[in-house]
Amino acid sequence: MSNKHLVSIGDFTKEEILKIMELASFFEQNKSERLLQGKVIASLFFEPSTRTRLSFETAINRLGGRVIGFSDSGNTSVSKGETLHDTIKMVSGYADMIVMRHPVEGAARYASEVSMVPVVNAGDGSNQHPSQTLLDLYSIIKTQGTLQDRHIMMVGDLKYGRTVHSLIHAMSHFGVKFTFVAPEELSLPDEYKMYLKENSVEFTETTDFMEQINECDIIYMTRVQRERFSDLMEYERVKNTYILRSQMLKDTKDNLKILHPLPRVNEIDKDVDDSPKAYYFEQAANGVYARMAIITYLLGVK
Amino acid sequence: MKNLEVNAIENGIVIDHIPANALFKVMRILSLENITNRITFGTNLPSSRMGTKAIIKVSNMSLDKANLDKIAIFAPNAYVSHIQNYKVVAKHKIEVPDNFEGSIMCANPMCVTNKEVVRTKFQIINKVDLAFRSFYCEKITMLDNFEIREG
Repeated sequence: MSNKHLVSIGDFTKEEILKIMELASFFEQNKSERLLQGKVIASLFFEPSTRTRLSFETAINRLGGRVIGFSDSGNTSVSKGETLHDTIKMVSGYADMIVMRHPVEGAARYASEVSMVPVVNAGDGSNQHPSQTLLDLYSIIKTQGTLQDRHIMMVGDLKYGRTVHSLIHAMSHFGVKFTFVAPEELSLPDEYKMYLKENSVEFTETTDFMEQINECDIIYMTRVQRERFSDLMEYERVKNTYILRSQMLKDTKDNLKILHPLPRVNEIDKDVDDSPKAYYFEQAANGVYARMAIITYLLGVK
Repeated sequence: MKNLEVNAIENGIVIDHIPANALFKVMRILSLENITNRITFGTNLPSSRMGTKAIIKVSNMSLDKANLDKIAIFAPNAYVSHIQNYKVVAKHKIEVPDNFEGSIMCANPMCVTNKEVVRTKFQIINKVDLAFRSFYCEKITMLDNFEIREG
């Protein structure tokens, strides 16, 4: 099948990533381009999501397309035991593209094999969430003027955080330097460190939040989730260690921006929200432009 | 030359240099449990290279690429000889392939291959320590976690 899908960030080359950046910037300037006039896009959310679903559906609406789908598989034929294969096969006969979120890992890759139309993965369990990565990249290029030679500090749950893993993969194209800040229990898995070494990407690991905070261009914060800990004592010990507060920012670089895929709990103190370096809400808004770019690129209409 | 501890065969295949503890896994992944051909095997045999080894001989059988790849999963250093009239007519060193489909399960219980009727597909990312990355969930299954999938 010659359809182009977006299942993992690795499906896009460096050139394609840059193309998406260009298109996202175009859509930010031109928020209502009716490029999807007459097109129907299926938005299949087998598990609930607020931000991602609304952002995709906003993107489709702004492009003049129509949306069909569901936001919860509860009252669909899935609850009657229909297989993913059959649901995708059927819907791909109705729509011009499928945007899907599914709790099972690899569901989107499998759907892309079954579907007759392009599939966009809007999250498959703890595996991939490539549109998030592309909006993260768009936020970096927008605030830094470039993706090239940035120093990115990633903080929090580096073990399970899928946004972290995908961003590492994508940024490796661009001469990046990483600092990984995490408690030992949530440190970056070896396979990603191996990947970085193989690609000659410079990185350091530390448990000390302050060690390199004044040298980095981007702080990428993630949530430390209680359910990740086998030992709750350990959770209680580390949960307050990786909280970003405004006084920690006083000697940081002027171009520093703080990103977070949201939702946040307490890992970014509310007093940071007023800092010009806080960028996480704008980052979420960038999601619509990034998704407009992804959809039009895959459908070949832009 | 020392006497063979497992009898020679007239026509068929010999799989040699199987790790002693992998004998039954190799038998199972090749579905030798379900065939009617004559099979002789031995394990914990002395080996100068491996310390101990296992060997399997199957009469009137040949192995295609897909089956040679299956052997590689549990016996990456094995040799397969094809025998005709008691003579070795071809001898292959097993090679670990780049990709592998079916036969083993993905160790990730949340992988789509464990949730729907989907055949597993792996990229072999480490041929020495045998690490398999699922084409679907992208998680890694290591040799210690290999489980043979029926059918």
